[in-house]
Amino acid sequence: MKTFDYVRPATVHEAVAAATEPGAAYLAAGTNLLDLMKGGISRPDRLVDISRLPGLNRIEDVADGSVRIGALVRNADLAHDRAFAERFPAVAEALLSGASAQLRNAATVGGNLLQRTRCAYFYDVASACNKRDPGSGCDARGGDNRLHAILGWSESCIATHPSDFCVPLVALDAVVEVEGPVGRRDIPLEAFHRLPGDRPDRESALEPGEMIIALRLPAEAARFAAHARYLKVRERTSYAFAVVSAAAALRFEGNTIAEARLAVGGVALKPWRAREAEEILAGAPVNNDIFRRAATAALSGAKPSGDNGFKIELARRIVVRALALAAAGTPKRMPALPASPFAAISGDVIHA
Amino acid sequence: MSIPITLTVNGVTQTIQLDDPRVTLLDLLRERLELTGTKKGCDRGQCGACTVIVDGRRVNSCLALAISHDGADLLTIEGVAQGDRLHPVQEAFIAHDGLQCGFCTPGQIMSAIGLIQEGHAGDDPERVREGMSGNLCRCGAYQGITEAVLEAQNAIGTASRRKVA
Repeated sequence: MKTFDYVRPATVHEAVAAATEPGAAYLAAGTNLLDLMKGGISRPDRLVDISRLPGLNRIEDVADGSVRIGALVRNADLAHDRAFAERFPAVAEALLSGASAQLRNAATVGGNLLQRTRCAYFYDVASACNKRDPGSGCDARGGDNRLHAILGWSESCIATHPSDFCVPLVALDAVVEVEGPVGRRDIPLEAFHRLPGDRPDRESALEPGEMIIALRLPAEAARFAAHARYLKVRERTSYAFAVVSAAAALRFEGNTIAEARLAVGGVALKPWRAREAEEILAGAPVNNDIFRRAATAALSGAKPSGDNGFKIELARRIVVRALALAAAGTPKRMPALPASPFAAISGDVIHA
Repeated sequence: MSIPITLTVNGVTQTIQLDDPRVTLLDLLRERLELTGTKKGCDRGQCGACTVIVDGRRVNSCLALAISHDGADLLTIEGVAQGDRLHPVQEAFIAHDGLQCGFCTPGQIMSAIGLIQEGHAGDDPERVREGMSGNLCRCGAYQGITEAVLEAQNAIGTASRRKVA
């Protein structure tokens, strides 16, 4: 690991000033950053340790009905906060389906949003990667790419965003609060992560020196609490990134879907909000035909970036399954295997 | 460059001169404090062999910078027994053959202690397996590990009920 200067500012203002220097990086828990530094993928000259900044580890109710989550709240603490999990069960389920208990105990909310892709060619410094080394090429094209992107990718980069947490968040219109050299601003999560285009090295909407202060879920996001799920296909039962995933949230009026939220994970370099699918679902009755139409719309425009055409149909099916399970109702207790699509559920609606 | 940090390790508070900001808690324990019970498996947060309890929470010590943990309270495998009396989790791992080669065992035991404290698994083996999925066992002793965690949790629960009564 390359050596670095270490600074531990006492305030957000000091942190921003220290991190605006070229070569600086923010350090919170470091569960992703240290891994990247050990591999030589990230080589910061200065670490700005924000892990002790005061006031950023709270989950607060705001007067307008929204919930504000400090950037330093640990993933495990958010997922196990009873009041939060009751209002946003799909978010809690996504959190608990990600990483391991040890990592969730350390990793922060802000860090989760900023985690880097797990593309093996990005991690292997001997490989060409336009994200790590702009202009060097992309060894994932034509490489082992069965888990790569099927939506929003470019010739420059076919990586995916690895977060589970961000998938229900983007479905629920989460907003990222950031502070930087020119002050504070809000960024909708949907606009926070960038698609690769010809600049895959530019990953988020953050400007140099800007740091995430908090995340907000609007009051309307809690309306879906009774019918919200996150489902995730993994290559092993637990402790694996998503092959594909989906967050589905429904609000019913009688037997009709009044409003739907849908996002797909593991398919693009950002959590993929599926607004066309939401429009198909709004005002519709619950049946597999509607779910299948919504899934088709969600994946419209999908195309393989390599040996990964199977992910398109797999993603459609996880969308149908997530919608069916959301319609069946949020489980009273967190499932033993959070986000598992293989849990036995009674009722015909499951048979997509 | 020398940076002083204070750590409480297994109940003993000490000041340590860090000669390099890159030192992880894992390397500090093993190479500076000679507490080699905590194992280095992958060193990248994927195997759980380095699990220790920091300020009451189980974490991967390989992905924690020591300099960022100034003032922290650590519990490692060396600190869980009381003299010759093994911790209930250690006893249960022996009773249920929760190990073969033993390399992952300190991490498994620290993770199990953390899982029992967290209290989310109850008596459901599926929840125990899910809660222990951050600890890999190359020998495949998972069946014994799951049984050991369930029994230890039961033993700890019984002991604490006795203490209350």
